[in-house]
Amino acid sequence: MTHDSDGIRVPALARVEGEGGIEIVVSDGQVTQARLDIYEPPRFFEALLRGRRYTEPPDITARICGICPIAYQMSSCQAIEDACGATVTEPVKALRRLIYCGEWIESHALHVYMLHAPDFLGYESGIHLARDHPEIVARGLRLKKAGNRLMEVVGGRSVHPVNVKVGGFYRAPAAADLRALLPALEQARQDAADTVAWAGTFTFPDFERDYEFVSLRAPDEYPITQGRLVSSRGLDIAPAEYDSHFTEFQVKHSTALHSVLDGRTYLTGPMARYSLNSDRLPADIAAAARAAGLGGTCANPFRSIVVRAVELMYACDEAVRLIRGYQPPDPPSADVTPRAATGYGWSEAPRGMLYHRYTITADGTITDAKIVPPTSQNQRAIEEDLKDFAAPRLSMPHEQLTWECEQAVRSYDPCISCSTHFLDLRVRQT
Amino acid sequence: MTAPTLAVWKFASCDGCQLTLLNCEDELLAIAGAVQIASFTEASREVVPGPYDVSIVEGSITTPSDAARIREVREKSRFLITIGACATAGGVQALRNFGDDLAPVVYASPQYIDSLRTSTPIAEHVRVDFELRGCPIDKRQLIEVIAAFLAGRRPNVPAHSVCMECKRAGRVCVMVAHGTPCLGPMTQAGCGALCPSVGRGCYGCFGPAPGWTFLPFGTAEPVRTEGGAHDAR
Repeated sequence: MTHDSDGIRVPALARVEGEGGIEIVVSDGQVTQARLDIYEPPRFFEALLRGRRYTEPPDITARICGICPIAYQMSSCQAIEDACGATVTEPVKALRRLIYCGEWIESHALHVYMLHAPDFLGYESGIHLARDHPEIVARGLRLKKAGNRLMEVVGGRSVHPVNVKVGGFYRAPAAADLRALLPALEQARQDAADTVAWAGTFTFPDFERDYEFVSLRAPDEYPITQGRLVSSRGLDIAPAEYDSHFTEFQVKHSTALHSVLDGRTYLTGPMARYSLNSDRLPADIAAAARAAGLGGTCANPFRSIVVRAVELMYACDEAVRLIRGYQPPDPPSADVTPRAATGYGWSEAPRGMLYHRYTITADGTITDAKIVPPTSQNQRAIEEDLKDFAAPRLSMPHEQLTWECEQAVRSYDPCISCSTHFLDLRVRQT
Repeated sequence: MTAPTLAVWKFASCDGCQLTLLNCEDELLAIAGAVQIASFTEASREVVPGPYDVSIVEGSITTPSDAARIREVREKSRFLITIGACATAGGVQALRNFGDDLAPVVYASPQYIDSLRTSTPIAEHVRVDFELRGCPIDKRQLIEVIAAFLAGRRPNVPAHSVCMECKRAGRVCVMVAHGTPCLGPMTQAGCGALCPSVGRGCYGCFGPAPGWTFLPFGTAEPVRTEGGAHDAR
């Protein structure tokens, strides 16, 4: 990092997934610009999908992110099924929600304990934290393992699961294998409740923001796999309407496209989900959230660690409920026959709403793909926050300011590996 | 004696292989006790300057700056181990190697993007001491490789095929019983024959077993190389 008359640079952000840095430009004592530099090498996923079979997106797009592969598999499967006019059965939907709970648990536990909590407690990493507080880190690792085990039993493995396919699953897991997970998940539920109480004791900077929150919303559940897309300023749309409201554009300092909603900066992710859906939480989880200092909404990014802990509780609860009510889907997948069409799908990745769109031909060849990951959507909000966050802190000691700005960015759990979205098909030239 | 230093590096990748290290929930703190984690940006702010005893490298080379960076990593590393399909074969993003130049086709402003035409494995750029296969790698194999390098012995990672693992596990052959195409006979073992265990054909995410070569994630016909010890004929 450098700190001179021109401002502050953090060349490489630690404890984020992927490669990025921060640059804050100061002129005459005023912050004129804050930039989240994303230099993750482009991987051209949307281009690579062109010409592939309609059955391939779940396996190919999982490789966009090793931390949230299920999000990519679920959004892509739903988009392809939409294009093909296929419907999946309720037991398949329940099993999808179950494996998605596993991903929320492993991803949130990783972020809360290994990436985020060390900032509040003054440690360089979760491993450093473990030297002084082994029992706390052990609790986080226990939670993370419970999520990973659930993904393994349903999906075969936790990174890039192999059992997910367009239409459902290759094989339904045995009920006995799922039931064997219950003791660990019940322990995880308790660990998550303890995490909520623990995170609630941290000291949070006073930094309330005026966000437009965007998340899915479903009639009678906290959103994970499905719902309409709503915002705190009145948006309420179906997947096929996404492209008429959201616009993406390239900026010079990022290999991930920025995104706006009807021209406005917005935020997706745990804070948005919670703020738009806290009324969907069971009473005991809502009470735990209140006891940890959360209201019905949360607009302080530093408090997102408490929101993730609340979602950990919910995901453990849901996993236990879904396993108790598990009926192996038979058949484990629906037949999905290609037809010439465009399909739309979305779901709530741990980091926020993940949108996929595919156009396929009658013989099942993909001709166009669009993928909008959550971190790419949040870049503008992160930059606006950084600008306002840094402004009153410019007189801080150099090291402290660096750490605080990094902490501000880590609050969003940015997953920079998913900066895959460079395609602007509207200007494509062939 | 000070603990040996371990550094983890990322190039073009999904982070899933280095996540596998953090997914060793039961072993992570023991590993962190046996080595000094000197650089692991995904997990820690702390960076101890090199040289390093063991460098673990994830990801493929896709930009000019990364092609230069991997040489620097090599220079300050006693052992360099690549983990995963990206680092050992170019990864899924190596699909670009087979097509037209994507940048001018897909970018609104391609001049901002500094990307090579190809995605290439680390061994095409620098000497590699051990390549661990998988997309993602298997965590038991990762622990074995780290332990072996720390102990100064060769990693005990089998070189046979998925087919062998599948037979040993007593699974019904998806190819023989159901006619499902399966890459198990020519794919490097290590996953535990996961795809056949869910009734699906292996799709080759660990790359070719010794004795076979095929283009990474490509569509070319497999080629049997001379002198290969293929064990699942």
